[in-house]
Amino acid sequence: MRTLKTLLLLLAAPAAFAGVLPEERADSLYHFYDGGGVEIQGPSLLGRLSVGEKVSVSGSYYVDSISSASIDVVTTGASPDGYKEERTQWGAGVDYLRGDTTMSLGYSTSEENDYEADTLNFGISQDVFGGLTTISLGYGSGSDEVSRRGDPTFAGEVSRHAYRFGVTQVLTRNLIMGFSYETVADEGYLNNPYRRVRYADVNEATGYGLQSEVYPQTRASNAAAIRGKYHLPFRAAVSGEYRFFTDDWGIDAHTVEFGYVQPFRTKWLFDFKYRFYTQSAADFYSDLFPYANAQNYLARDKELSTFQSHGPHVGVTYTFLDRQGDRPLKSTFNVFFDHYIYSYDDFRDLRSGADVGEEPMYDFDANVLQAFFSLWF
Amino acid sequence: MKSAAAMLATALLLAGCSGIEPWVKPYERDRLADPIMSFDRNPVSGSYIDHVHEAREGARGASGSAGGGCGCN
Repeated sequence: MRTLKTLLLLLAAPAAFAGVLPEERADSLYHFYDGGGVEIQGPSLLGRLSVGEKVSVSGSYYVDSISSASIDVVTTGASPDGYKEERTQWGAGVDYLRGDTTMSLGYSTSEENDYEADTLNFGISQDVFGGLTTISLGYGSGSDEVSRRGDPTFAGEVSRHAYRFGVTQVLTRNLIMGFSYETVADEGYLNNPYRRVRYADVNEATGYGLQSEVYPQTRASNAAAIRGKYHLPFRAAVSGEYRFFTDDWGIDAHTVEFGYVQPFRTKWLFDFKYRFYTQSAADFYSDLFPYANAQNYLARDKELSTFQSHGPHVGVTYTFLDRQGDRPLKSTFNVFFDHYIYSYDDFRDLRSGADVGEEPMYDFDANVLQAFFSLWF
Repeated sequence: MKSAAAMLATALLLAGCSGIEPWVKPYERDRLADPIMSFDRNPVSGSYIDHVHEAREGARGASGSAGGGCGCN
């Protein structure tokens, strides 16, 4: 009986083990982000189906409906009424299983009124040590087209190459660890065509002038992460994760996350996480340049500044259908909530009206809500 | 860093051929097979949250969940 239960559990969770195709499932998610004057919402759909015993196909659809009156829009000359835009992303993929090897191919295309992105991903994963170790390699190639609203003469392009390596290792019957590494190289028009930097200018009423950002044409980054998950003596699990990131723009970043997942009776699952993130600024970032064209490269994008963010995640999953037998069917409803607190060390809030360079540092909170149905069939 | 990763991959691949016995037997993997032990239990949610982070942070990559290429500039 115990062997049968183990076998059923192994079949139910193929991700950690070899020689099994991904689960057949469908997910329908609604997401809502609200923070820093920006609201983003939309659906996300994901479906995965097996074709025979060796092939699995997947499809995805994702929309971001954006209504933005962000600090950048409000303070650097764009309309204070904000702007609205929509990004739509489609994806399709196929996985092929041969022995202990899974090969995957995926394509996604994303479109908004001033940005188009196409990405092709290839991956291969191999189970060794009787399924205790999974090694995966991946390559992604991206091609983006950048345009600028109201300026038909503007056209920018970006090409992107990503290389990934990962190992998942079962260490004990209660502990699983993972290591992943990814290097990404970009080339092309990498800045935002609307964002501007500010520089000190006594001739301006505000005390500063504005000019367009100028970024390098290339960027190379490396990220390495280690994560672990431990099954407690009772049915619950704790997890931890650390990621280090560095790039040739001078940004170093650290991410730490702790998690705890607790089932309750047979139908409920509660997830708790806390995430910390910190980064240093890019070499060419400044909140206030001393004068116009002060250096070759200029950025005042708060994503390239020195800042920290942290916040909790709470998730509730309710299993309202769990049919066993020859044709098992399971369905859950999930509500996930994340809160983030962002604090900037060198990005000032220009709305305060204080003397130039003396404005208070910017900070904001964000709330993220996800509600989704999942169906396994 | 690239060469270190390549060496690690090679070492693991070679070790895979050396006939080491799996020390956690298949019948001992019931807890590991529990969905609560999955690193990415809900891919649709994992890739969305990665996108939320990537759009607001300088860092990118090695996030663990499926995906890649967020087109979020």
